[in-house]
Amino acid sequence: MDYIGEHLLPGQLGHFFIVLSLVASLVATFAYFKSARAVNIEDSAHWKKLARYSFITEAISVLAIFIILFYIIYNHLFEYHYAWKHSSRSLELKYLLACFWEGQEGSFLLWSVWHCVLGLILIKKSKQWEAPVMTVISFAQFALATMIAGIYFFGWKMGSNPFILLRDSGVLDNAAALHVNFDVSQPLRADYMASIKDGNDLNPLLQNYWMVIHPPVLFMGFASTIVPFAYAIAGLWKKQLGEWTKPALPWALFSAAVLGVGIMMGAMWAYESLTFGGYWAWDPVENASLVPWMILIAGIHTLLIYKHSGYSLRSTYLFFILAFGFVLYSTFLTRSGILGESSVHAFTDLGMNIQLYMFMYLLIWLPAILVAKNFKQSRNVLMASVILLALIYLFNLPWLGLIALLTGIGILVYHIQTQVPAISKEENSNSREFWMFIGSLVFFLSAIVIIGKTSLPVFNKVFGLKIAPPEDAEYAYNSIQVYVAVIVALLTAITQYLKYKSTPWIYFRNKILLPTAIAVIVSALLFLFADINYTKKGPVFYGSIWLAVICSIYTVIANTAYIWLGLKGKLKLSGGSVAHIGFGMVLIGILISSSNKEVLSNNINGIPVPLGEGEDPGENLTLVKDVTMDMGKYSLTYLGDSSHPKKQLSYYKIHFKSKDGKEEFTLMPNSFVNYKGNEGLMSNPDARHYWGHDVFTYITSISNPDKEKDTSSFRSHTLKPGDSLFYSNGFMVLQGIKERDSLPVEIFGENGKLFEAPVKIFSKTGSIYTVTSRLAFAKDQIMSLPDTLSSESLILQLQKADNKSVEIGVRESGAVMKYVTIKAYKFPFIRLLWGGVIITAIGILMSMYNRIRLNRSSKTMS
Amino acid sequence: MKKLHIALLVLIAGAIAILLTFLKTTSTYDTVETAMAKPGKFVHLMARLDKSQPIEYDALKDPNYLSFVAVDTTGKSVKVVYHSAKPDNLEISDKLVLKGKYDNGLFECQSIQTKCPSKYKEEQAMGKSHPDSVKIN
Repeated sequence: MDYIGEHLLPGQLGHFFIVLSLVASLVATFAYFKSARAVNIEDSAHWKKLARYSFITEAISVLAIFIILFYIIYNHLFEYHYAWKHSSRSLELKYLLACFWEGQEGSFLLWSVWHCVLGLILIKKSKQWEAPVMTVISFAQFALATMIAGIYFFGWKMGSNPFILLRDSGVLDNAAALHVNFDVSQPLRADYMASIKDGNDLNPLLQNYWMVIHPPVLFMGFASTIVPFAYAIAGLWKKQLGEWTKPALPWALFSAAVLGVGIMMGAMWAYESLTFGGYWAWDPVENASLVPWMILIAGIHTLLIYKHSGYSLRSTYLFFILAFGFVLYSTFLTRSGILGESSVHAFTDLGMNIQLYMFMYLLIWLPAILVAKNFKQSRNVLMASVILLALIYLFNLPWLGLIALLTGIGILVYHIQTQVPAISKEENSNSREFWMFIGSLVFFLSAIVIIGKTSLPVFNKVFGLKIAPPEDAEYAYNSIQVYVAVIVALLTAITQYLKYKSTPWIYFRNKILLPTAIAVIVSALLFLFADINYTKKGPVFYGSIWLAVICSIYTVIANTAYIWLGLKGKLKLSGGSVAHIGFGMVLIGILISSSNKEVLSNNINGIPVPLGEGEDPGENLTLVKDVTMDMGKYSLTYLGDSSHPKKQLSYYKIHFKSKDGKEEFTLMPNSFVNYKGNEGLMSNPDARHYWGHDVFTYITSISNPDKEKDTSSFRSHTLKPGDSLFYSNGFMVLQGIKERDSLPVEIFGENGKLFEAPVKIFSKTGSIYTVTSRLAFAKDQIMSLPDTLSSESLILQLQKADNKSVEIGVRESGAVMKYVTIKAYKFPFIRLLWGGVIITAIGILMSMYNRIRLNRSSKTMS
Repeated sequence: MKKLHIALLVLIAGAIAILLTFLKTTSTYDTVETAMAKPGKFVHLMARLDKSQPIEYDALKDPNYLSFVAVDTTGKSVKVVYHSAKPDNLEISDKLVLKGKYDNGLFECQSIQTKCPSKYKEEQAMGKSHPDSVKIN
């Protein structure tokens, strides 16, 4: 059957390139494998040539898939499920990319694209390492290609294809109106596309510019962790056990910089567009990307130890392998739906859990087979892996699944222990390597503790438990990590002043004296003139925060000083110090902005009297339109709202004025109201940025727009001066009737009249207001000028008037009032955090550049 | 034994101790009945909104007072009080994770996690024709 209005060509091309990429990556893996194993150079070169062609074909295919999918989204081809599900016509151009990676398929594709880019650079640059390293990467590409393949394989669906048609996706199966004779058992109508006018749109929370840039950077970070991993595996495989570290170091630095920035861009997005009031919530998704970064950082430090002292090669292997391993694990966590209960922003489950598990399983076990000492050992590991997999599958044992992954890592550790040499002589405890190793170890273990806590849902699933997170989940992390911050910051401050091998005490003392003295003075000043207001967790935690702040200050000062004291101002070499300065700033920023975060919208005196019980000040404050409210040092007015021309998105104008008159600004937090069938609000905050802090506000509730279309009418009452009238919340008294004369003729004409009826309103709450409504006779027209009293939901309208009595219409309803409920926070020193992130990344990239330079010059020398 | 090995053991022991302590602070997922059985203890109450009972929330009176009735899968219900703004999608949620403590006939909530029948999930569209998924002239 032919359907009208479908564009099938892009999809067919897409399918073709998916299959091509699948085949090409498999051929590339095999050919690189053969090339790496070939004994004579000719064979190796022959296979390498084939491998390169295959990988380039693969890269072109992936790029083609990417472009075609974007073409489909860009042209709103809603006959494709992906475009229908993730985009809409009203979506701005910049967000079309965001909806590209909203779905699992698109984000896998993004990952794959970065692998291609990295792979092409490696082909050009990695020389003798190309074959073994690219074997690993090509295989990962193959694994990623299966994720978007959507091929049925003995009745088992492999991957989820982004080019699936809407009519094949099952979505339309029950839409009777689209079927012939309105019968769902009949085929679709040929003109069904005429009814598919628009797509489902991008989740409004993702309609933020950070969502355009954060996923590509984060996925580049994820993708690049494979390079140090692949080098480590290549080193073990080719038994060049130490040489690989040289080319791997710049890659590891690159990965750390990009992944770190990617994670913090996510934090920035959370800060700007989510409403949990912060940038970090120890959410499983956040943790899952932080942990590989921390392990990578640990690995970079142990690698530096190895380069300078020969120690710590084994731990470098372990850390690079685990950094990538945890990237795989984080992929599983976020995409398998296992986090369901515990995370706000995981991907929806696509029913690919087995495949996601295999992704982890193979990328751990295959290297374990590959790098074994000899053929016999390889064979044994292979058998073990097959038997384990069979047991898991046949008996459906999830706990064994977890054990099997850990066993795979255990075998890799065994290979490292038995094959990689280690120096038996002990490190001096006054050497740099000793303390650097302690620092790396603390960092690594802290990552393990974080992922252990994060994995609670996994343990529940695997062992059939029902453990819920603790009462204060964030504190469960903070209470431990604050000590990690203390130790790591302290070590970061002093370790650079130690020399490798051993440090003469006099040398160390002379160098470190000055920065320590400065740090002590700065800390003392801070202690005297500033405070940390976080006392609700008791004096120990309060003290720990202070300690961590002081140590972080020490880090910043000591590393700044080291650029001159240790490196004599040679900026080329100071990448490490710069990164450490940035890291110290990040720590200070985190510590101060989190612990001194202040709720501004403390609702102590609320508009109305609270209901009696529960005098607890709440964090939400209601602002009635045009009524100025007190909020700490500010007075706030809700000025009104405006709507987005195309979307159900409203901007609320909240005017802030400080009571000392020095500051005045308007914030425009917005909310998606009942967006495309998603009932309720989805709010985005707005913030005013100051040098030292941010004022941050968002909408938690608005007056029901339906109620505003209220139909209650005026009830008329005839009153004489002094008469009183009751309304639901009090009573009012007519004060008098004034007739104004000598009115401007140009407005009122001859014989114009203006009556004014001031009414005093006595509310039950004890407030007294005066409201004056007016009635004008101008140029033979009667004009009523009603007056409103928002806080009492009253509108008074003068309907008739003479000198003795008036007729006043009274209308009261909740609908008169337009209001918003807001929360507002003050985040101090948030800029220190963002600035610190940038400086850290710059520092890491400086080191990367320096390492590439050194590698090059050592090559030309040799 | 090397100093580093001692440090290694101490730190790993520390990490394990931290994880074990963490397990002690964890809480439980409960039904109304089991939550009532441990008054004053922090639990995750798994329930849904009882739509036959009124939701008490008036942002004008007090934006920090919400009260409603939650009912669990066994049909038991409990009055819930939450001292913050009403989660905007409370009414349409099909599942609630209420974190808090039961005491004196009330479930005092510290945070509410709403689970909504999301339009982003396919099952929704595949079930009955979703109001928004397919637009028909």
